[in-house]
Amino acid sequence: MTNFKKDKTTSWCPGCGNFPLLDAYTEALSEIGLEKEEVVVVSGIGQAAKTPHYINSNGFQGLHGRALPVAFGVKAANPTLTVLVNTGDGDGYGEGGNHFIHAIRRNIDITHLVHDNQIYGLTKGQGSPTTSLGQATSMQMNGVTSKPFNPMLTALSAGCSFVARAYVGDKEKLKEIIKAAINHKGYSIIDIFQPCVTFNKVNTYEYYKNNTYNLDETYDNSDFEKALLLVAKDDEKIPLGIIYQKKTDDYLALNPHIQKGLLMDNYDINKIKNVISKKLSY
Amino acid sequence: MEYNILIGGKAGQGVETGAQIITEIIHSNGFYIFSSKDYMSMVRGGHNFVTIRFSDKPINAASFKYNVIMSLDENTSDLHHKNLLDGGAVLSAMELEHKTDDVIKVDAAKIAKHIGNTKVLNTVLIGALCKYFGLDISNAKHILSAHFIGDVLEKNIEALKQGFDSIEGNFHCSEVASDPKGILVNSNEAFASGCAAGGVSFYSAYPMTPATSIMKFLSSVSEDLNILVEQAEDEISAINMAIGASYAGARAMTGSSGGGFALMTEAVGLSGVTETPLVIAEVQRPGPATGLSTRTEQGDLLFTLFCSQGEFPRMITSVTSHENAFETGVRAQNIAQKYQIPVIVLSDQYLADAIKTTEEFDFDSIEIKDSILREYKKDYKRYEYTKSGVSPRLLPGSIKGMTVMYDSHEHNDESEIVEDCETRIKMMNKRMKKEDLLLEEDINEPEYFGVENPSAVFVGFGSSRGAMQEAVSMLNDEGKSVGMLIFSDIWPFPSKKLKEINEKTDKLINIEMNYTGQLAKVISMQTGIRCSSSILKYDGRPFSPHQIYKQAKELI
Repeated sequence: MTNFKKDKTTSWCPGCGNFPLLDAYTEALSEIGLEKEEVVVVSGIGQAAKTPHYINSNGFQGLHGRALPVAFGVKAANPTLTVLVNTGDGDGYGEGGNHFIHAIRRNIDITHLVHDNQIYGLTKGQGSPTTSLGQATSMQMNGVTSKPFNPMLTALSAGCSFVARAYVGDKEKLKEIIKAAINHKGYSIIDIFQPCVTFNKVNTYEYYKNNTYNLDETYDNSDFEKALLLVAKDDEKIPLGIIYQKKTDDYLALNPHIQKGLLMDNYDINKIKNVISKKLSY
Repeated sequence: MEYNILIGGKAGQGVETGAQIITEIIHSNGFYIFSSKDYMSMVRGGHNFVTIRFSDKPINAASFKYNVIMSLDENTSDLHHKNLLDGGAVLSAMELEHKTDDVIKVDAAKIAKHIGNTKVLNTVLIGALCKYFGLDISNAKHILSAHFIGDVLEKNIEALKQGFDSIEGNFHCSEVASDPKGILVNSNEAFASGCAAGGVSFYSAYPMTPATSIMKFLSSVSEDLNILVEQAEDEISAINMAIGASYAGARAMTGSSGGGFALMTEAVGLSGVTETPLVIAEVQRPGPATGLSTRTEQGDLLFTLFCSQGEFPRMITSVTSHENAFETGVRAQNIAQKYQIPVIVLSDQYLADAIKTTEEFDFDSIEIKDSILREYKKDYKRYEYTKSGVSPRLLPGSIKGMTVMYDSHEHNDESEIVEDCETRIKMMNKRMKKEDLLLEEDINEPEYFGVENPSAVFVGFGSSRGAMQEAVSMLNDEGKSVGMLIFSDIWPFPSKKLKEINEKTDKLINIEMNYTGQLAKVISMQTGIRCSSSILKYDGRPFSPHQIYKQAKELI
């Protein structure tokens, strides 16, 4: 089995939720049986977005908010690659919010892991799209006045075919969900709660322990209406697990002409000449 | 022989279809055509017109003096009558208010009614127009069948014939007619064809006039050529998608006009620092902001040259003609790959919408260039410090046991994020020296036209080529000692030929479609040479040869 975890010093704070996430993530990749050259990890900018540097695979760290479009391009160009996206809540839902909606619509086969610590880490403690209403931050000193973004409800309402929420405190469960997401055909999102021990004094390990629960075997994750109601409630404990999953045609199924990928192996100048000459003749 | 037609009316009246049919008939008569489009940003109403200039010799520019104005509404004749050449005629189906004796009233309404479909009125007028010029319409059935089907097609064929028979002829084009020459394309189609020939397999964009026809053309051949054309949610997404596709090994491209390109600028730097090959088509229209959305300008040269934070190697080139557009498409794909840089291709609405009889594209001498690693390499480093500055690029998944990392931060040769001074300097030097090699190996010097030892030289770039060249010919014919330099490649700046010319004359006149003389600024910045006077136009309309001729005469 490939060891996907690089032996490398990170720039994360001691106790950061990124550490257990990285462990679960790299173990999931190994256990699926992937080779390092078959995997591409794409990210934007933020503490979460440094993840590709700590993984023994291909990687691309681009611009803040723009990981999803890059990942789309990678997967479309070479569908044989397993493409994963790591963003934070700011990167994924703030700066990249528009791409989030359209990645769901496109439904290309990529897996999106959102390291959701409900705060901005790299820029030192400002409110993020998922920070709770009223929570005081280093920037919103009197409390955040915008309602928090509900990524699960948005994903479901936009028609996402794999919607999951996890917590870094339960590594085995997180690993299981990551594996399921990678194996799902189409765009899959996992919103992963993780404490920011430095800048978020509200959403701590203790907080998540007391305010979340695991969905059990009796939960039917193919029931769309139930899933909607489940994630719409914001005054109760938060459910963890695969909230919704459905088999759909992914982007490649709807674009059969690019099944073979877009690499130069397919380049044929005679064919190009014939098609264009025919197109331009009267 | 040379003639010029204007067909005008309101949006929705069929100006474009009519112009297309006329153009195809003239093409089938074996003449060279240059047709330009002037339209408003509306779907109904307003005033749109198309000019169709044709000759038995190649034409490279639009002209705005007409032998015939085909007027689909009152307004067209009112607006353009002043540009009618001596002996010219206005063809109209209506009684026009200004009753000059050059109006030929075609009984199109009566004929159309008789045929049994009032919608064939424009085709009756086209028939009359063909008669006026003495064009052969025996191929008309074939041409009309591309636009109409069934009973409507039959009625249009009848309308064309009856229109033809309804007036007296004036010219005798059929006497010099021959076999059709070349192909009819606009420059966006020519550029997109070149890109396809250069291997483009991924195009992501957000629709924006006047760049959209690149996307539309590629989309029309995408299934046959296995090209992915993706309409992105915005231009930021479009360019980042293209960068992702390029990273994975597709030849990727995006395109827009200035407004959409403005949104892309951060990612232009991403392509620069990650050394991801990328071609960007920037088909200019007048800004700022929404500006004149369907009109033309060369106002984004300095913007594209200086766009995005920081410094990184880039290439700026401009489309100077339809033939050049095809070559530029091929070159842009190869150069982006060879140097792993963003290549920005400037064009503008005038050329993008202009349909010209173009030489058939040369697909047979195309070479494919890149800098991709194809064999296993021990201790591979993505950003290896090399003499040329170009490091071998590994495509993810292509070689067993090898992986690759790209990063947008400053990084070392192994793509690790670094902040130390030494690595920063080394890596900046590595990236920037790619421009030196590009200038040495691939950048083209500007083309020169005119007399051997000119006393004055016009300097321009991009789409002004055709009009400038014609103006130079007119002046040369009058014995004026002038020449012109036309830049296609602009960055890295090719200065040799300009310096040579400057040895002979310091009377350099920059001719540009912008307010500030942006090319003159680049010339002065790179060489210290200052243009002595300028002809600048920023009304959103293209230069005509006559206009340059007139203004230049006062300056030389």
